[in-house]
Amino acid sequence: MRRVLRPLPAALLVLALIGIWELYVDLKGNSFSLILPPPHAVAKSLYTDRALLWSSFLVTAEEVLLGILVATAFGALLAVAIHFSPTLRRAIYPLLVASQAVPVAVLAPVLAFWLGFGLLPKLVVVAIVSFFSIVVTTTAGLAAVDPDLIKLMRTFDASRLTTFRHVEMPSALPSVFTGAKIAVAVSVIGAVFAEYTGSNSGLGYVILVSQPQLLVARGVAAVVILSLFAIALFSLLALAERLALPWAYRTPEYRAQSGPVVLERPA
Amino acid sequence: MVEAPPKEPRELKAADGVVVELVSRSFSTKRGRIEALAGMSLHADAHEVVAVVGPSGCGKTTLLELVCGLQAPDSGTVRAAPAALMPQRDLLLPWLSAIDNAGLALRARGVSRAQARKTAAPWLGRFGLERFEHTRPAELSGGMRQRVSFLRTLLAGKPVLALDEPFAALDAITRQEMQGWLSHVLESEPRTVILVTHDVEEAVMLGDRVVVMSPRPGRTVSEIEVTLARPRKRTDSAVVELRERALAALGVDT
Repeated sequence: MRRVLRPLPAALLVLALIGIWELYVDLKGNSFSLILPPPHAVAKSLYTDRALLWSSFLVTAEEVLLGILVATAFGALLAVAIHFSPTLRRAIYPLLVASQAVPVAVLAPVLAFWLGFGLLPKLVVVAIVSFFSIVVTTTAGLAAVDPDLIKLMRTFDASRLTTFRHVEMPSALPSVFTGAKIAVAVSVIGAVFAEYTGSNSGLGYVILVSQPQLLVARGVAAVVILSLFAIALFSLLALAERLALPWAYRTPEYRAQSGPVVLERPA
Repeated sequence: MVEAPPKEPRELKAADGVVVELVSRSFSTKRGRIEALAGMSLHADAHEVVAVVGPSGCGKTTLLELVCGLQAPDSGTVRAAPAALMPQRDLLLPWLSAIDNAGLALRARGVSRAQARKTAAPWLGRFGLERFEHTRPAELSGGMRQRVSFLRTLLAGKPVLALDEPFAALDAITRQEMQGWLSHVLESEPRTVILVTHDVEEAVMLGDRVVVMSPRPGRTVSEIEVTLARPRKRTDSAVVELRERALAALGVDT
């Protein structure tokens, strides 16, 4: 029974917020609903525009999924390189932080110029905005390995690489998942902005074109789908982590160590 | 049971043994230099169990790291046959089963997983862990974890075992059980053992010799030979007497 009731508070809260939203738009009058459409109009658009929204969703979902995949592979590799070379860390960390400050709106046209208007430039944008959190959490995970464990491996005559393979890498895997989970929300935003610049499909494109056409409800419907997608993706990663690293949930050290990083709720 | 007389500098031989001669070691920290050891000497012959007791922070862990070759002394000499460490906390890898944790040292040497398991399996049986081969550390009791940790150190195949307060984290009852167990294991698997502990009774129960260290900077203040037969009983009057002597050497009134 407990399990069944667990999503109840979230559902009630969402219902209450939708109620307030509906009332608010009602009170503000007709012209305001062109800026913020009432929930019932959004619901109607979700139904009537379902074909368009579904095909657009598939485009955006592909960009986000592939982007996160590329970011995870690249981010984890970079974290390992940084872990092995303090010089590289000092050289690359400032650039890494700076790369996150470049607005997607500036970046996207350049990428479109280089890579065209297809999937590739969007994928690159998603990867760029996502990989930062993965690099940071993975580097932290690699550095958090107990120094006594490293000493122990040395008394077993383990080489640097052997210690990495048997001790450091496995203990940093939960951090890779943590980074990917944090990346979910920004990756969706990244995909939308990438589609704003040079594309003719995807949910971001739907949002972009529905505003001048005064189809605001359709734009918000696209946002609703993006939000649900982010929740689904986050849950999927959490599930994958549980299946791949079941041990990580049973050690108090892990819970204590990742407490402030692991998001319990999708952002 | 005779207090060892001050010795002439020993011949620096360490075939399967350990010789630590007048070793000093200090560290610089944010709060200045800390002298961990100053003129520390200790020796262990092959297959001898030397228990080292001393107050907290007297440089016991530093001593073990010197013996294991993880640190070099600032001055003095350390001669030791290859040594494997058993750390204070069990430090088992949470993602590995008991058998894979036990075989970690073998894997570190490049032995295949199958071969490492084959080597470790009979040992798990001998250590009363046969039903827990595939159990991960989180589901093992404290005593079992410590046994797996000891087995991991034993399977490293080094002649010297450096045990750093191996039972300090256990509850009193389990600790006593584990002391009896270790004593039993060392009888059938003799190794040169440097056992660091702050538990004087543990030192007397397990050691062939008890080395008492001073507060930091650590050095040997007393050596007590323990020639009692095993298994020893902690209530035995000879054990009690030696314990009192070690406590007196530590400067504890009893």
